[in-house]
Amino acid sequence: MPESQTARLQLCGITKQYPGCLANDRIDLSIQPGEIHALLGENGAGKSTLMKIIYGVTQPDAGEIHWQGERVTMRDPAQARERGIGMVFQHFSLFETLSVAENIALALGAKAGTPKQLEPKIREVSQRYGMPLEPQRLVHSLSIGERQRVEIIRCLMQDIRLLILDEPTSVLTPQEADELFVTLRRLAAEGCSILFISHKLNEVRALCQSATVLRGGRVSGECIPAECSDLELARLMVGDAEGLEAEYPKSEGRAPFLRVERLSWHNADPFGVSLEEVDLEVRAGEIVGIAGVAGNGQDELLALLSGEQRLSAAQAMRIRFLGDDVAHLRPDARRRHGMAFVPAERLGHGAVPSMSLADNGLLTAYQQTGMVEQGLIRRGKVHAFAEQVIQRFAVKTPDAQTPAASLSGGNLQKFILGREILQQPKLLIAAHPTWGVDVGAAAAIHRALIELRDAGAAILVISEDLEELFQISDRIAALSDGRLSPQRATASTCPVEVGRWMAGQFDTSDAPVSTSAA
Amino acid sequence: MLLSLQPRGEASRAMLWFSPLLAALLTLLSGALLFALLGHPPLETLKVLLVDPLGDLYGVSELLVKALPILLCALGLAVVYNARIWNIGAEGQLLIGALAGSALAVNIIDWDSRWALVLTLLLGTLGGAAWAGLCAWLKTAFNANEILTSIMLNYIALNLLLFAVHGPLKDPEGFNFPESAMFGDATRLPELIEGLRVHGGFYFALLALVVVWVLLQKSFLGFQIKVLGLDKRAAGFVGFRDKKLVWIALLISGGLAGLAGVAEVTGPIGQLVPQVSPGYGYAAITVAFLGRLNPIGIVFASLLMALLYLGGENAQMAANLPQSITQLFQGMVLFFLLACDVLILYRPRLKLWARKPQLVSAKEGPAT
Repeated sequence: MPESQTARLQLCGITKQYPGCLANDRIDLSIQPGEIHALLGENGAGKSTLMKIIYGVTQPDAGEIHWQGERVTMRDPAQARERGIGMVFQHFSLFETLSVAENIALALGAKAGTPKQLEPKIREVSQRYGMPLEPQRLVHSLSIGERQRVEIIRCLMQDIRLLILDEPTSVLTPQEADELFVTLRRLAAEGCSILFISHKLNEVRALCQSATVLRGGRVSGECIPAECSDLELARLMVGDAEGLEAEYPKSEGRAPFLRVERLSWHNADPFGVSLEEVDLEVRAGEIVGIAGVAGNGQDELLALLSGEQRLSAAQAMRIRFLGDDVAHLRPDARRRHGMAFVPAERLGHGAVPSMSLADNGLLTAYQQTGMVEQGLIRRGKVHAFAEQVIQRFAVKTPDAQTPAASLSGGNLQKFILGREILQQPKLLIAAHPTWGVDVGAAAAIHRALIELRDAGAAILVISEDLEELFQISDRIAALSDGRLSPQRATASTCPVEVGRWMAGQFDTSDAPVSTSAA
Repeated sequence: MLLSLQPRGEASRAMLWFSPLLAALLTLLSGALLFALLGHPPLETLKVLLVDPLGDLYGVSELLVKALPILLCALGLAVVYNARIWNIGAEGQLLIGALAGSALAVNIIDWDSRWALVLTLLLGTLGGAAWAGLCAWLKTAFNANEILTSIMLNYIALNLLLFAVHGPLKDPEGFNFPESAMFGDATRLPELIEGLRVHGGFYFALLALVVVWVLLQKSFLGFQIKVLGLDKRAAGFVGFRDKKLVWIALLISGGLAGLAGVAEVTGPIGQLVPQVSPGYGYAAITVAFLGRLNPIGIVFASLLMALLYLGGENAQMAANLPQSITQLFQGMVLFFLLACDVLILYRPRLKLWARKPQLVSAKEGPAT
């Protein structure tokens, strides 16, 4: 077996310069046949750039790529696919109105055959790797986990030698993630190499034989994950950051601030989610976490809570805040009541990308005293407010005039969250507060939320990151297909139970906890 | 040797100012080259086109007469374009403004009060605003694309105007020419300087300049308009009333174009004629972008545009050049400016040698 001596893929000194940032700096990486290799690193560490270079999406400025011992240049993804490299992106590229087979046929090209001809092979591949999937089903009727299977099976239809997965578990329930790992191990046993990109340390430890850790565009270390502790791995990823292991005391909560009663909302979008009889209560001085896989009604719930989607005046009592009916009010009116919101998307929703931080501060704080007088903007006040946010929340930026788009994800999120917190809201609703944020910034954001809670505010956090919710929330619930599970004190539940809620099984109160908590 | 563009990462402030100068220089060079090819002495012809029209006070006055309607229209367009509402209908709004004002003016020729002028101007402004209001209604009620509706309304406006001068507003003593009667003195904008055509519309243009500048740079309303233009979802997230903003922006834009129109008929023309505008409303679109949607920039751009109108006329008379010289130079200015604007976000790099491509063909396959 000559293959066992040559690495499947070897990168030597890969360097990629983007304007204003060295994304990859002399990166070496080697993957053996049949090896599951983890690429670890916080956001902005250069993982995506490296993947794109391997898959031929971008070209390195310097360095060499050796594919099975041969020096090669990946000019485009087609060339990479020809060599047997497959990639599953974090965001799927599927046509929702087409069937599974049609989607796969489209991706493979005309040479591979018609959707009809592909069906037997799709069935065979899906059975062999334990990923049941019916080729004739339409993609919009599939769950997120099933859609990911379509993407993986699409890669497996070719003669695959290296499969790249970009944060594949971020869209899965814990149970679904376990199923995926079974598939990946089988695939590796057959000799396929797997490059697994993630920042979830326990997964990497469970699955991967070796790991390369990136920090700031450089390789900060290589290790065998099974032999390293979380703290060691995290140190490699972020250096010595505070709050990596922080445990926050749980809080009881006092008077109810937000009350959602039997909130139902029909979504006119056939591919959207409708909400069904959602009951929810958030009390002063507590954090309530809502778990759930993306696309189960989180966006819809947030839109209804923030007022971007309003109900008729007759339905106004479905959402009550401090005793007032608010479900029919616009976002600015709700803000006047003391509610504040942080949407999931930072750029293009929570902040205007091309506007300065100062203007983005004004965007939601304009009802604060003194910012706008007689229709005119008080530049001085606006600037001072932004400066205050930047200082209090350690936002790394040249100044308040910097456009929002040029900040890193973590820094912008700190700014957006800080902007809301400095307005001293009575209720803060935050969606995915640390999504795509590096570990250091995430810890800072968590501390800020806890501080706000301890100051007596009510906080609702909607997140896909179960670990995060268990770390910061006092009570927890899960959304599944537009329905909300019962809420339970975090201390008296476990990830497995919440995982079942995420899958829609709400009546599991007495189920035994068999597997260890993730 | 290879010229390539590298993204700068962030906009270059120096280039923001340098790009219009570079564009002007390139326009002059291309113009000179063109004149040389046509057999005219290049420098002298450029002088005829761009310098001679401003040789005396009369020339300066004519420049202002041409610049005023363009400036008013372009200021209005700066407001809507900041909201990313593409109103192409300044021309139609201008014509309706002229028509509405004239409809009143020909009926009050005998009035002797200042109110005659005030009412006429007001009606013209409202007419333009109402015409733009149609676009706003179609957009907010039916989600109809404002580019299409405003262009189509331009044609309707022009035909309404033609109908009026051939029918109801035709001067009964005008020997059947398609013109209205001359307005009474009380409905005419006064001349600023005795004997020159530059008129009182100058003050309205100054006022509009200040108002639009305050609106866009200082007011919260302008901030909302910009947010709506840059990022609709963010505007919805904080609860800005998007439909109301669409209405306000279009009404301001239409009103200023209507004012431009009524100032033309009550100012230099003095009656309603079919050729109220030689395309001021369309030129204003170019001007708004040349001025980068900034009120101060638009002042310079509209002066330049007016100069090209004047110079084109002068070149016809003095150098025997065709009238299309005007459009040619307008086109070149816009073309070069757009080309130079690339340099704001990109840095040109000259590669003196081509790097050898290091390619291994995919067909060679992996070695085992």
